[in-house]
Amino acid sequence: MLSAVANGLRALGGFAVGGVWRLGYASRFFVLVLLSSATSFRRIGLTIREIYFSGFLSLIIIAVSGLFVGMVLGLQGYETLERYGSEEALGVIVALSLVRELGPVVAGLLFASRAGSAMTAEIGLMKATEQISAMEMMAVDPIARVVAPRFWAGVVSMPLLAAMFSVMGVFGGYLVGVVMIGVDAGSFWSQMQAAVDVRRDIVNGVIKSVVFGVAITAISLFEGYDAPPTAEGVSRATTRTVVTSSLAILGLDFALTALMFRGL
Amino acid sequence: MITHTANQQTLVEIDDVSFAYGKRPILKGINFSIAKGQVVAIMGGSGCGKTTLLRLIGGQLRPSKGNVKVAGRVMHELDRDELYRMRRRMGMLFQFGALFTDLSVFDNVAFQMREHTDLPESLIRDLVLMKLQAVGLRGAHALMPSELSGGMARRVALARAIALDPMLIMYDEPFAGLDPISLGVVGNLIRRLNDALGATSIVVTHDVQESLKIVNYVYFVSEGAIVAHGTPNQMRDSEKEFVHQFVHGEEDGPVPFHYPGRKIADDLMIKAHA
Repeated sequence: MLSAVANGLRALGGFAVGGVWRLGYASRFFVLVLLSSATSFRRIGLTIREIYFSGFLSLIIIAVSGLFVGMVLGLQGYETLERYGSEEALGVIVALSLVRELGPVVAGLLFASRAGSAMTAEIGLMKATEQISAMEMMAVDPIARVVAPRFWAGVVSMPLLAAMFSVMGVFGGYLVGVVMIGVDAGSFWSQMQAAVDVRRDIVNGVIKSVVFGVAITAISLFEGYDAPPTAEGVSRATTRTVVTSSLAILGLDFALTALMFRGL
Repeated sequence: MITHTANQQTLVEIDDVSFAYGKRPILKGINFSIAKGQVVAIMGGSGCGKTTLLRLIGGQLRPSKGNVKVAGRVMHELDRDELYRMRRRMGMLFQFGALFTDLSVFDNVAFQMREHTDLPESLIRDLVLMKLQAVGLRGAHALMPSELSGGMARRVALARAIALDPMLIMYDEPFAGLDPISLGVVGNLIRRLNDALGATSIVVTHDVQESLKIVNYVYFVSEGAIVAHGTPNQMRDSEKEFVHQFVHGEEDGPVPFHYPGRKIADDLMIKAHA
């Protein structure tokens, strides 16, 4: 009995120590990426290329998802507001939901699944096929040449994708609310314009999406760089990227919302 | 120290080097040196530490004891900038080429030139085509790595390894998985390029017959130590059990075919008859 408890405690201790060690290792990696970022700006072509891969190629899934989420918001919002005779406030509901929450969060989740997993798999495979070692042997720092441009590309792409998601969402809400159901277009737009505050709503939404961009790309790149150089290792790392990024987005969203809107 | 460098300048010195992965010792106080201009083979069974030796010479690993010196500098004492300056004078051919899969053949060979020099693009183009001409693949410069055969990929990697005319070229299993024609072509290229560039080459390989045709000297590594060394002719004629087994590819000899374990009768639970 005692030995079972001792083993349990030992395993718990090992798990905690392993977790702290990995967190420290990831933090060191993140600092290294920041310190090696000069190349990403000096040779901006490297970063633009990655913006194309992680940002531009994610546009379709973000735009289509945004449109459908906006359409659902339009339907559900109208259904609820109609009970109180406030259908004209549909634009406000759609816009605030998207700009404050759904834009950054859902775009972040999609970005982690589409671009984050691709970054992890690509870097993991580069490691497995010795491309990272080859780069080191050619006296080229892989953190500066491969990792940092992808990091900054993610940080730049994420707010743009979140903005695109929100714009398409508002359009989807307009299509359902105004075009299909018949809510007054003037009320839809004017109430939205009056209720959405640039500083409080839009800027806070942009800040959220930048923070999510930093978190997703840092997690994706670390998981790829740290992946065991095997097929199973890369597969596990890709899965961890999606799971960890998604949890990080939701946790950070709560923390940021509490700070921004409740002043906690 | 084992040396075959009398009257010749030494480029690489391995001085009492030990290395372990965790608690598993790989190299145990190994000593040898390599003279400038030579092509030297390091041979031994799988897992005997050949590739580890290359990584120690390239400064990718740090010995747990002893020194690895290249051009008189102790590799693990170099700071990052010095290490990178040293690596610019080295070329390495990885076992499966390690070509950058998102770059074309041309861009792979041009990679180091673009990273480390300010040469104009027109000059880089000429240099890359000359390197590809040397390995017989000038016509393949526009292909992507996924469009190359194993032998072609190895030759492109070789062109990339010599892009900056290195003083030391390291080859990790350059003959693995090649057909007989590619085998001969790659073997001859290693010798010809070494002589044309005035470089020094270290070839880590299992392929005894092919490498004995092109190298000046051979070191056999087993259980973390040099167990035999000499010129190709000395190795062919050697009476040492280890060398004989390796050169003639025999199953019986000091290098066991089976990984150590329990007796097969115990594993299969077969009782010995009284």
